[in-house]
Amino acid sequence: MLELEAVRKSFGAIEALKGIDLLVARQELVFIIGPSGSGKSTLLRCCNRLEEPTAGRVLVDGVDIVSPDVDINEMRRHIGMVFQSFNLYPHLSALGNVTLALRRVLKMPRDEANERGRAALDGVGLAERADAYPNELSGGQQQRVAIARALALEPKVMLFDEPTSALDPELVGSVLDVMRTMRESGMTMLVVSHEMGFAREAADRVLFMDEGEVVEAGSPARIFESPEHARTREFLRRVTGH
Amino acid sequence: MGGVALRLEALSRAREAADVEALIYNFFNLEVLLKVHPLLLKGFWMTIQLCILVVPLGIAGGLVVAVAYSFHVRWLNWLLIAYVDFFRSFPPLVLLILVFYGLPFLGIEVPSLIAVLIAFLLNTASYYGEIFRAGIESIGRGQREAARSTGLNGIQTMVFVVLPQAVRNVLPDLISNTLEVMKFTALASVVALPELLRMGRVAQGLTYNPTPLIAVALIYLALLWPIVRLLSRLERRTMAKR
Repeated sequence: MLELEAVRKSFGAIEALKGIDLLVARQELVFIIGPSGSGKSTLLRCCNRLEEPTAGRVLVDGVDIVSPDVDINEMRRHIGMVFQSFNLYPHLSALGNVTLALRRVLKMPRDEANERGRAALDGVGLAERADAYPNELSGGQQQRVAIARALALEPKVMLFDEPTSALDPELVGSVLDVMRTMRESGMTMLVVSHEMGFAREAADRVLFMDEGEVVEAGSPARIFESPEHARTREFLRRVTGH
Repeated sequence: MGGVALRLEALSRAREAADVEALIYNFFNLEVLLKVHPLLLKGFWMTIQLCILVVPLGIAGGLVVAVAYSFHVRWLNWLLIAYVDFFRSFPPLVLLILVFYGLPFLGIEVPSLIAVLIAFLLNTASYYGEIFRAGIESIGRGQREAARSTGLNGIQTMVFVVLPQAVRNVLPDLISNTLEVMKFTALASVVALPELLRMGRVAQGLTYNPTPLIAVALIYLALLWPIVRLLSRLERRTMAKR
């Protein structure tokens, strides 16, 4: 479903990604962990070309989205993205946030967009807050609206860029619940996050990244129980605190 | 002795009365006003029409400048900065005279209304452009990325996500600048456009009495004061929000 081939990204002299190969199969949940500055977010942002890869190919459902002939706006609606800071549009209601792309990209009539938007909000447990503005919602609710905004476009793959890092601890659960439901319904997901518990329980595969490369990858059990590389062990020791 | 003092006092009182009378005769002369009011009315409508043309034109020009700037094309931005800097520091009166009296030397004969519109567009678009630019730059990158990630193209992102927030952030500055522009329409009098100030001067010449100028000032006051009130209410509201 999502395939990266030798993806490189440089910012000036700094090489953020040093040739990444990655295959996320249909309905698979792949988790990326690693220290900050390891290139996780950059990798994720290359998957919908918010960051332009310096070299390599990014295939979504067989289409190379890096190719200059591709209509990137058309491709992006198949690639949902959820951001650390939610990035809801503050001037629009929850429903307005969800329906903007339905109306402007899919060119849906208002009624149809609203109907699908309400269904998407219902899917994240926020049907009653459709008319609320982002500043009237808690962080967890905002992030769920942001997920609904991406899901309403019925994407083929969803990218999560540290979706719970900006949340108060007691609000993390509600967002993870939504992600769990998505996983059960068969969504293909690539997740950058520090929620190791969630990775252990829900991920099919875990990738450990450091200094712009994938150091090791495997099942959550293997990565968390018996990491091969010293760098992975060191990282896990630091984040789990023992 | 007492008689002399009394007479002097009566004399000075009479002189004062004469002074007040002269003041009223010269500046608040109802008779003159009645005679010239059709002229002033004509000037008032011309000023209204000028505002209706000049303000939207300037806002549209400013939007074009600011949106073009936001794409961060280096050579274009140099050009835009040069344009904005030049017209913000170039006296609008001289600009208007150059357009009206100068263009004919290049074989381009322009009617005074067109000359006014050209000069005002060049001048006001540079001011409005700076205001809109500040507004656009006040919107975080995350907003744009969220919109683009759902498939909105650059223009849609600007129109539906960035500009509504940007305009709200700089609304007091926009209104304040609009007040300035409305007052500046009086400059059109130098190219014989029969707007309010011009008509006031004509009326003054016809009656050898400056009352019409006072009337002109009062009309400007009545026209602009409600906008000034609106502005200060808006400013108070934004202060409260911060």
